Amino acid sequence: MRSKKTKLKRFIPLYMMMVPGLAYLLINNYIPMLGIVIAFKQVNFRKGIIASPWVGLSNFKFLFKGDAWIITRNTLGYNILFIFLTPIIAITVAILLNELRSAMSKKFYQTVILIPYLISIVVTSYLVYAFLATDNGYFNNTILPLFGLEAKSWYSSPQYWPFILVLVHIWKGFGYSTIIYYATLVGIDSGYYEAAAIDGANRWKRIVHVTLPALKPTIITLTLLSIGRIFYSDFGLFYQVPMSSGPLLDVTNTIDTYVYRALMQSNNIGMSSAAGVYQSIIGFILVLGANILTRKISAEDALF
Amino acid sequence: MVEKNKTFQVVDHIVMILLCLFCLVPFLIMFSSSITSETTLIREGYSIFPKDIDFAAYKYLLTGTDDIIRGYIITICVTFIGTLANLVLTILFAYPLSRRDLPYRNVFAFILFFTMLFNGGIVPSYIMWSRFFHISNTYWALIIPNLMMNAFYVIMVRTYFQSNIPDAVLEAARIDGAGEWKILLQIVLPMSKPIIATVILLVGLHYWNDWTNGLYYINKDKYYSIQVLLNRMLQDVQFLMSSASGDSAALAASIPSVALKMAVAVAGVLPVMIIYPFLQKYFVKGITIGAVKG
Repeated sequence: MRSKKTKLKRFIPLYMMMVPGLAYLLINNYIPMLGIVIAFKQVNFRKGIIASPWVGLSNFKFLFKGDAWIITRNTLGYNILFIFLTPIIAITVAILLNELRSAMSKKFYQTVILIPYLISIVVTSYLVYAFLATDNGYFNNTILPLFGLEAKSWYSSPQYWPFILVLVHIWKGFGYSTIIYYATLVGIDSGYYEAAAIDGANRWKRIVHVTLPALKPTIITLTLLSIGRIFYSDFGLFYQVPMSSGPLLDVTNTIDTYVYRALMQSNNIGMSSAAGVYQSIIGFILVLGANILTRKISAEDALF
Repeated sequence: MVEKNKTFQVVDHIVMILLCLFCLVPFLIMFSSSITSETTLIREGYSIFPKDIDFAAYKYLLTGTDDIIRGYIITICVTFIGTLANLVLTILFAYPLSRRDLPYRNVFAFILFFTMLFNGGIVPSYIMWSRFFHISNTYWALIIPNLMMNAFYVIMVRTYFQSNIPDAVLEAARIDGAGEWKILLQIVLPMSKPIIATVILLVGLHYWNDWTNGLYYINKDKYYSIQVLLNRMLQDVQFLMSSASGDSAALAASIPSVALKMAVAVAGVLPVMIIYPFLQKYFVKGITIGAVKG
């Protein structure tokens, strides 16, 4: 007993080190989790959150009668596209990088394709605006006239935006995913390639039989991480890049932008917290589900 | 065979160069347009190569308004303080977690890990920070919410400590009578420079690029960081002009607003672009360690 006490005493400095971090997690992460009750209340700040009346599921009823379908469709739809397109593009580019012989060009290309990842989504919106602005945009002034086409009002034509948003997402993110896949490729034991070459495998066969199998764990981990996040969207991409334009809402409104607009613009705490809880809970179930799935497919890649 | 290989290399290079252009052309348009004269821009729009050179937009940024300079100062201070705070919290949490002999280690690891799985959403968080902590329209709003500590980086640093600092080294220090703080500061940290550099870069980039805290908590322009300012200007070009000092009506007419839009965007990325090539190695390292689980 005594020895256990002195043993614990030895660890007091270590526990002390964790105090600031624990305090931050408590305030920044755990207290807001309790705030989920807000979705089941009619919040009245004069009474305070605790004294505000309970309203059961009525906030959710309003949400599902209204915009729930569109924001869910958009969030899931874009994410599913991203989940398929990103690995295909990133793996192709990683293989192309890996097949290059000059070390200097490898490094140069790597450096350049990561640049879009480093800039904020606000700056990205400026870049998109430079292309699409109605009066001064590059498309309307330079590209479209080349083909003899009329200028278009991009920010009020929803039909183009699914394509634009996917393109912007890929532009910004493919370098990041490429670097991850490329790092895995570099780690492949060159003995496998030599063996394949001795067996007479050509480049294509080497890619199919050595490279892709070696990438499998990375593909699984990254894909499952994105499936776990499928209910979350990049707020900046869907809010900022379309410049929050009203006519585009049908194809740009996701759960995250909906929560923001309901909270900050229409001041509808009930609806925005209902949408937030809907997202948190389904998101949580999906993370757990994705992890169970990983354990079944390949246990050592599971997150927990 | 050799011939075929050569063709492949050439094609490979061509594809990669096209991809690089895909990444860079938007920046080229931004930069060229920012140094093009206003009349040309109004006549011919933004373009890849400047059709004439005119630095009026930059002149205005530097002399016509103090918003940009102030935005820079705020962003630099916030990035510096925030990154430092994040680093301290992260290391102090990661080191005990890396110690296999720490009792109840798993409890603390779970408390951390759970924040990656579940969150209360933005609404409770916003109400808490703005109503109970009153951080709206203070510099704290740019530093504290969501950015000061991230479970992801803590796990990354913990894993680094576990796999790069042998238990024997810690044990030896302990026998020499060193306390835990001394061990952390004088032995663990000097052995962990690469991971510290990586965390500083990734967290610093987050702070530099953050605009959402400003969107939620700041509406007074004297607290605008550079990204928040950019965000405001994208929605409202007139913003800089309305806050211009002096005879604003006369001034507004002479402001090169089309070029100015691109010039502020340049201002928003320039520091990152200048620093990045030198630190590229650490960014790549950070992404590769961070991405696959910690």
